[in-house]
Amino acid sequence: MTAPDTVPGRPPLVLVLPALAGLAFLVLPLAGLLVRAPWSTLGTRLARPEVLDALELSLVTATIATVLCVLFGVPLAWTLARVPFPGVRLVRALVTVPLVLPPVVGGVALLLAAGRRGILGGPLESLGITLPFTTAGVVLAQAFVAMPFLVISVEGALRAADLRYEEAAATLGATRWTTFRRVTLPLVAPGVAAGAVLCWARALGEFGATITFAGNFPGETQTMPLAVYLALETDPQAAIVLSLVMLAVSVVVLAALRDRWTGAS
Amino acid sequence: MTGGTGAGADAGAAGAGLDARVVVRRGGFALDLPLAAGPGEVVALLGPNGAGKSTALRALAGLVATSGGHVRLDGADLRPLPPERRRIGMVFQDYLLFPHLSALDNVAFGPRCGGARRREARRVAAEWLERVGLGAYASAKPRELSGGQAQRVALARALAVRPGLLLLDEPLAALDAHTRMEIRAALRRHLAGFAGAAVLVTHDPLDAMVLADRIVVVEDGRPVQEGEPAEVARRPRTDYVARLVGLNLYRGTAEGGRVVLGDGSHTLDTVESLTGQVFVAFAPSAVALYRTRPDGSPRNLWKARVGTIERHGDRVRVRLAGDAITALADVTPAAVAELQLSEGSPIWAAVKATETHVYPA
Repeated sequence: MTAPDTVPGRPPLVLVLPALAGLAFLVLPLAGLLVRAPWSTLGTRLARPEVLDALELSLVTATIATVLCVLFGVPLAWTLARVPFPGVRLVRALVTVPLVLPPVVGGVALLLAAGRRGILGGPLESLGITLPFTTAGVVLAQAFVAMPFLVISVEGALRAADLRYEEAAATLGATRWTTFRRVTLPLVAPGVAAGAVLCWARALGEFGATITFAGNFPGETQTMPLAVYLALETDPQAAIVLSLVMLAVSVVVLAALRDRWTGAS
Repeated sequence: MTGGTGAGADAGAAGAGLDARVVVRRGGFALDLPLAAGPGEVVALLGPNGAGKSTALRALAGLVATSGGHVRLDGADLRPLPPERRRIGMVFQDYLLFPHLSALDNVAFGPRCGGARRREARRVAAEWLERVGLGAYASAKPRELSGGQAQRVALARALAVRPGLLLLDEPLAALDAHTRMEIRAALRRHLAGFAGAAVLVTHDPLDAMVLADRIVVVEDGRPVQEGEPAEVARRPRTDYVARLVGLNLYRGTAEGGRVVLGDGSHTLDTVESLTGQVFVAFAPSAVALYRTRPDGSPRNLWKARVGTIERHGDRVRVRLAGDAITALADVTPAAVAELQLSEGSPIWAAVKATETHVYPA
């Protein structure tokens, strides 16, 4: 061997030990969940109507919330990435507020805006539309907390995309809408997909804003996280089963995102 | 866009083709370039990097805002129009084929935007792919194409919109030497068959000479020379062009058969008798080198120092630094050995009057 291979020394314990502790801290609770799960009665417990109701409600509302986030969030992300306007930085900051806001506060804010006597809720009420404490309210609460994930992900993808493809489309006679539809969107599709998955996962786990704005009515607004919390008081075994289901969903989401987030790239 | 809306329909009409004065100011850079190209004419913008050639092209396309001047195509004012309404076709330096679309759909993109139905657009696109010899690659994605194939798809895509003005930004720069030669010949054929005006940006004099009917040399945002390729090659007017076409170029004042060079320290004998400000040009191969002062001397003789010595094909190019005249000389490898040329060695250089070419400045 003539090439000077430099072998890095042994990793220092002062870094390795906290790393192991941190890992254990993240993994042990999940292990506890798996160890304590009532595996023998899992099938019957999962098949109970209140579990299935909560699961269905969660899947349906999270999916609708995600669709809404895509419909409004992608244009919002495009505007932030492509349209230079004064105050763009302020708008971007506003978009990310729900990301750092405690979800309960988000729920209170939603009540003040869309509640019966809220600035939007009043007019809606007179049209016969009620949002708080309804399934629609669940969707609204989920979309509120989840949309920033989508917007940030898509805006990042748009900024990273090569603008010159859009110029090429323009020279070929494409309007900005055609360019967006046929060139920009396909180019950033992976970013949109990743954002949508992240958004969906966040909506699925939503608790604080939902219970504040939509309440906790089984079959109508009681989503999985709410059911878990409630079951913990009355039937801890059921809470474990519900938690297992959500853990499984999270793992699936992680698997779907692995190339982007945990891959070796 | 299936009908004949190309410039050919307007050929011969007053103001047909491109008539522009491209003015772009950005930061410390100012571009002011009058530019005209008739129907069927190919004009090359030739210049060093940063001269503003590509900016001019992008301004013609509407991708860069102009801050004055005018851009008219077949009599219509393009300046207020966004790129998508300018009836242009553009070939980008790295082609920018849409990576998610097949070659066919890339070419069909323009006709679709022009309002053609999907089937019609694809039929037109298939024809164009056939015309550039890529009929078999219709379903290939851009990443599956070689550089030369991608270039041809990009050309087909630009021509498929039947543009009145075709813009080509360094269309051959991304290709290797061998492919470049082939594609250059193919591009020349397609340009010859194109009825509209074409503007080509390049920093390669060979591309410009082969592809263009007229060359506009751009330096520092300004046109410094304009003419047919042969004219530009024979009578360079700036050091940049002289370097490109491989000539020694001097400026001076002519009086009968003599030219007093720039600072007045040296004169060259010439054959043509002009008076006033002139350029004198001669080829490096016209320069003869001697170790000692030759007898029965040629009239144009000066003492110089050998600068760099570089191999150029089967010739050796010697850069001569002199108090009066700096020049390039081409000699044979044998001569290098006989003259014992090495950097810094003193040398006598001579040029026959008959080898010089004088033209008005």
